[in-house]
Amino acid sequence: MVVRHVILRSLSKMLIPLIMLFALYVQFHGDYGPGGGFQAGVIFGAGIILYSLIFGLPKAKMVFRPRVLQYLMAFGVFLYGSVGLAAILKGGNFLDYSHLAHDPVHGQHLGILLVELGVGITVASVMATIFFLFTERRRREDV
Amino acid sequence: MHGSGLSISAHLPALQIAVPLLSAVICVLIRKARAAWLLATTVAWAAFAGACVLLNRVILHGTISYEQGGWSPPWGIELRIDLFNALVLIIVTGICAVVISASLTSLSMEVPEKRHNLFYAAFLLCMTGLAGMTITGDVFNIFVFLEISSLSSYALISQGATRRALTSSIQYLVMGTIGGTLLLLGIGMLYMVTGTLNIVDMADQLAMVGPNRTVLVALACVTVGTSIKLAVFPLHIWLPNAYTYAPAIVTAFLAATATKVAFYVLARFIFSIFGVELAFEQMHLDRVLMPLAIVAMFAGSIVAIYQTDIKRMLAYSSVAQIGYMLLGLSMATVPGLTGGIVHLFNHALMKSGLFLVMACVLFRVGSTHIDAMRGLGKRMPLTMAAFVIAGLSMIGVPLTVGFVSKWYLVSAAMEAGQWPVAVLILLSSLLAVVYIWRVVEVAYFQEAPEDAPAVKKAPIGLLVPVWTLVFAIIFFGIFTSLSAGVAGDAARMLLGAG
Repeated sequence: MVVRHVILRSLSKMLIPLIMLFALYVQFHGDYGPGGGFQAGVIFGAGIILYSLIFGLPKAKMVFRPRVLQYLMAFGVFLYGSVGLAAILKGGNFLDYSHLAHDPVHGQHLGILLVELGVGITVASVMATIFFLFTERRRREDV
Repeated sequence: MHGSGLSISAHLPALQIAVPLLSAVICVLIRKARAAWLLATTVAWAAFAGACVLLNRVILHGTISYEQGGWSPPWGIELRIDLFNALVLIIVTGICAVVISASLTSLSMEVPEKRHNLFYAAFLLCMTGLAGMTITGDVFNIFVFLEISSLSSYALISQGATRRALTSSIQYLVMGTIGGTLLLLGIGMLYMVTGTLNIVDMADQLAMVGPNRTVLVALACVTVGTSIKLAVFPLHIWLPNAYTYAPAIVTAFLAATATKVAFYVLARFIFSIFGVELAFEQMHLDRVLMPLAIVAMFAGSIVAIYQTDIKRMLAYSSVAQIGYMLLGLSMATVPGLTGGIVHLFNHALMKSGLFLVMACVLFRVGSTHIDAMRGLGKRMPLTMAAFVIAGLSMIGVPLTVGFVSKWYLVSAAMEAGQWPVAVLILLSSLLAVVYIWRVVEVAYFQEAPEDAPAVKKAPIGLLVPVWTLVFAIIFFGIFTSLSAGVAGDAARMLLGAG
């Protein structure tokens, strides 16, 4: 299912890095503007999906290995939960970011940044995995 | 850092959710079946110990409130543990711990080993969701945890050995999603009226607003939505298939926890949020729930009598037993609700015991069809003895937990002057005699067929969990202060009678 169209190929080659960069912007600017981990994860995942639509599943899987994606899915949740547990170890309540740093405001910053990063990683890898699983099945039935 | 033992124990409510959740993630990462099992078992027993500590603390010091993220309620999300949900939490974590201990042996038959770590991850996620629904003090949180537990339970059911597991999982998914959506709709309407999601605050606001049409529609949505998850009689159609085709371990776990937590959610919404006055005096919820409960008691038991697969028979018997719990709830009196809550506790013990016996039979004989039971009384004596004791409890024989709950329900019905209901409870117990006796007769009074392959006794890894539950059935049948005592106090608290 590799697309031969020159325009599509060259355009998406240009666009995919920008999409991923935009995802990172939405991710890390989420504290100040609209956005956050979920949205960023979906945009990043869309970049991966666009890549596999244009250049084919095998190539996409070489870059984003399903096995690595599975680790990343779990790692994102793990990061989120660990921030919560770290807050307990620092003497606060579960997920109370104020205790993460000496200054409560810094603590809140750090906490939300890490938690949203966890969300972003999990969402992006889940999006890509769902897409891979569905397209894989389709291909197997075609054969 | 002040990570002393005391301060950690103050965080027990949050740890009840966080630790199983993170362990589920670790199970995905480690990819070793045995290590994942060891981790899951340790975590489940630790959660059970934590739940016991929490119940003890609630009994001694009253309701516990834990502020997630340091935000105080009603703005922040609160974990709120009182007598009622502390008891439910003990059942959820305790059954999870016992069942997961048995799964190392039983699972190897039904699920390929390379998927075991993911299986335990889903198992722990399901427990996370159920524990979260139980102890959270925030209605939207209830929905989120409901989805966590539901999605993981669909995955668990689909792991059954036959292909029918997939269709029954999809069937449950469709029904469960409708139930979850209705619950969410109801929560949305309550939020619209009250502007809060905290349970305590919501109840206060509702009392001030008074009943209007939005609140009534919310009551309808919440009742129907949770009734689907609870498998109340006409909405039970997902249950027999899901319980029959899921792996035996999963059935033993879900039968004892998922419907029980749904019952908890229904009771919590009706008594703690809407209030008895609105639900029973104005809307007459009892006129809907009580007939459904009684029909379930009879229809479930009668259909159970005609089943040839014992797992399916027990599933239909669950439909009937849910009827007893609902009957207690629909009386809306302290003795009635006590009976409902105590039956929640007791039925969890006996049903998961019976399904674990089926796991033993499946492991050694390879089938749970009634013909496969012939002569098993001699060939698997300990296993079938456990079946007999748990079965007697199902019927309601004295010295078992089943007697305790039926006693409370019958006396509640008589106290409320509802003699016909008391008679119906006793009559439906006779139906339980029929379906339990069928199995006992085949197992003890029929000879094994000549060509039957030799059957070894059940493995120790399964027998110990089974007999743990059987001892619990007898123990709580004799010493009722923990189960019935706490249930009585919880019912008094829910009904605001001191």
